[in-house]
Amino acid sequence: MHELSICQALISQLEAIAREQAAQRVALIRLGVGPLSGVEPQLLEQAYPIASAGTLADGAELIIEKLPLRVSCEHCGQTTDALPNRLLCGACGDWHTRLVSGNELQLTSVELIKEETEMIKDARAI
Amino acid sequence: MCDTCGCNVTHANAHLVAPGGKLSKTGGGHEAVSVLRGLLHENDHAAGHNRSHFDRHGVLAVNLMSAPGAGKTLLLESTIAALGGELSMAVIEGDLETENDAQRIRARGVEAIQITTGSACHLDAHMVHDALHHLDLAGLDVVFIENVGNLVCPATFDLGQHRNVVLLSVPEGDDKPAKYPVMFRAADLVLLSKCDLLPVLDDFKPAAARHHLQNLANPAPVFELSAKSGAGMGRWLEWLGREIAAVRQATAARNAVPGDTASAARPTP
Repeated sequence: MHELSICQALISQLEAIAREQAAQRVALIRLGVGPLSGVEPQLLEQAYPIASAGTLADGAELIIEKLPLRVSCEHCGQTTDALPNRLLCGACGDWHTRLVSGNELQLTSVELIKEETEMIKDARAI
Repeated sequence: MCDTCGCNVTHANAHLVAPGGKLSKTGGGHEAVSVLRGLLHENDHAAGHNRSHFDRHGVLAVNLMSAPGAGKTLLLESTIAALGGELSMAVIEGDLETENDAQRIRARGVEAIQITTGSACHLDAHMVHDALHHLDLAGLDVVFIENVGNLVCPATFDLGQHRNVVLLSVPEGDDKPAKYPVMFRAADLVLLSKCDLLPVLDDFKPAAARHHLQNLANPAPVFELSAKSGAGMGRWLEWLGREIAAVRQATAARNAVPGDTASAARPTP
């Protein structure tokens, strides 16, 4: 269950970003996860509420985009879809392929809630 | 992947970052921030530090991974018995509980640092970093990091190693690379261990294991060996010798004054 460790790493990144952007809370998180990342999106979703409890990302919406598995063939040059345990070229069947996408485990973007300070509100009112 | 040159924008995720700038307002008035950073950014950063530390000392770091009981510790014991006189080694042991493996290594006269992970199913770069505080790399040739026995989680965490060696023992079955593709795709070398059992467990076909590895587009060599009988140990020891030499050479080249070819060729002390 390394998904919990990964969620904890995510929370620590979110806290750093929110601090950097002077935001109060995180509203939404978009992740990109490939089938060869070694992480199960469903387990990540289950671990997230536990890891985020009491943090400024508590209650944020988590959107996980499952990214496709694609390989590029060094033999025929085609880029084709593949399966996690069958990374062969879909066109010519050669095994000399390079992963184009599918091992991603990344934080794509976040949406932050920034509450305007009283001073800014006062300035706007003038 | 890194966070500076944009190489983490892949074919599959490029569309996610295309619209808007780094900061754009969403419909709900929230501020959207594009991040595109690995979720394991902190771990990878620490792993980079560990690797630089090994590199500075010209020490090869090998991450040994396998299912529990595949024979990682026995492989290390046999390696120490074979090369203990020629090479200077140290071992970082990862287990959920006990110092048993570290004690087996120490009994062979080699320094071993035990990391007990509690409930964690893998080692991470921070744990290895802490272990390195207790280990003097000066004069060492190789550090083995014996990961927690597990074919799933350790594959996701970079520790700062130079090479991943994955053991697949004969009793486990030859289709393990097909069942655990993330782990076996990460292997730089696969060792088919407990090959002394091949005559009795004759449904294990080394050729099938190689075939499954090839299906993962992994060109890593596959050696058959038995750390118990010593059969096949020679190729593993030769591989180890070549990798140690490669790291040492890279360190020497880095330390050489630019343009000074004589010092680049000189072996490190």
